[in-house]
Amino acid sequence: MDKVIIAKDLSLAYSNNETIINKANFSISSADFVFITGASGSGKSTLLKSLFGALKLKQGSLVVGGVELNNISRSKLNFLRRHVGIVFQDYKLVKEWSIDKNIMLPLLINGYVKSVAQNQVDKLLKHVRLNHQTGKYPLELSGGEQQRVAMARALAHNPILILADEPTGNLDEYSSQLIWNLLEGANEQLKTTVIVVTHNIPKTLKVNYKHFHIEYGSVHEIC
Amino acid sequence: MKSVKNHLSLVIALLSILFSMQVYFIVERAIDAYKITLSKNYSVIAVSKKELSSDEFKKINKIISNAQEISPDSVIKRLTSDLKSTNIELLKLTLPKFYKLSLEYYPSPTEVKRLRDDLLRNSSITKVEDFSHNHDTVYKLLLLFKKVVSIFSVFVLIVTVLLIFKELRIWQYKHNERMSIMGLFGAALWLRSAVLFRLSIVDALIASVISIGVFAYLSSYPWIIEQFRSIGIDVVIFNPVDDSLIIVGVSMSISIILASLIVLGHKEEA
Repeated sequence: MDKVIIAKDLSLAYSNNETIINKANFSISSADFVFITGASGSGKSTLLKSLFGALKLKQGSLVVGGVELNNISRSKLNFLRRHVGIVFQDYKLVKEWSIDKNIMLPLLINGYVKSVAQNQVDKLLKHVRLNHQTGKYPLELSGGEQQRVAMARALAHNPILILADEPTGNLDEYSSQLIWNLLEGANEQLKTTVIVVTHNIPKTLKVNYKHFHIEYGSVHEIC
Repeated sequence: MKSVKNHLSLVIALLSILFSMQVYFIVERAIDAYKITLSKNYSVIAVSKKELSSDEFKKINKIISNAQEISPDSVIKRLTSDLKSTNIELLKLTLPKFYKLSLEYYPSPTEVKRLRDDLLRNSSITKVEDFSHNHDTVYKLLLLFKKVVSIFSVFVLIVTVLLIFKELRIWQYKHNERMSIMGLFGAALWLRSAVLFRLSIVDALIASVISIGVFAYLSSYPWIIEQFRSIGIDVVIFNPVDDSLIIVGVSMSISIILASLIVLGHKEEA
């Protein structure tokens, strides 16, 4: 199976130079469903940020989708990000845009014609059960609904990889289940690689998954 | 409503810059027009031992536009009662030639002094009367007026630039989040900043249209025209082509610089 992510001696640090992840070695294959767990402040989100190039590597090598992230150029990073879908705990939706436009964003960035993009948005809104909310703005929706919009946006451009940082952290049980179903669906039906940073792995999950745990800066795979 | 408010802050700042700029232009034009009027009434008197042509005077200093000989008849008339006609003819020949020198434009005191020196350097010219005292007073008054307007314009400019910088910080805060989110999905810099540039260009156009409209209206407003006529000058308050181009150019440049500063100052969320 193709490797979507290969990390070799990967070390990550913030500007104060304190090492968060120390010489991690791991790989993730295409269509894998991966959980990254660890205590608060262990470096889960830091590792996820490095996967979409939001954090410079301190040391080592990190290849995502065949692109080496060490000293990556801005244009290459943009290219990589156009093939990745990201979901955050705080949704990161553009508040002054309608939910339709938010979902359309990755499609327009990838050069889709607006009419084609609008069709895709309509399908996605149905898929995340928000077709009745079309034209509304993020702040007019509940947290669970906003996260479903963020999920629709992450799925819009059929990415090779979905990165989710505690996607259900702020949600009620019903909304959380919907998000897990959407992530499972993307992994099973579209063979999208899914990496989720979370404190708790849901028990209702049907897919086979890999589990990486971060402790004291080391990344261990739990079998 | 919120969107109108967003536009208003930059539009007002731009309007104050464009208004002070155009007022400065009007004052400058008014002063130039007034200088032309003054130059028509102002002349220098030169006394020469021999006859000099207008071209010879022009060669002495380029500011001289014309030299007109002043007839000595009026002086001689006063003497005729005591003199014989042969003596009068002799007197006419011995009298120096008086010339009234018209100038191309209203000169500065330095130019008047240079003109005087140039004229006196000519061996034929024995005396020059430049009426420098009167000239200096008028010229200094004009300069004072121009300086006051310039200081006022600079003051408005400084206040407006400070306002714009405050606006810039608000814009930076407002657009940073959207630009960061777009960056997360791989939007190129031009796409991330497109909204910002579109907004600033729209604001620049709004401010330009308002300024052009106001000054076009004022230029045909009878009261304003009457004010300039009353001081004997004809001033172009608003040149539809040149001034419109300057207003649009300045407004666009400021807005684009503002948007570029925001884009350059944008820091992506880590």
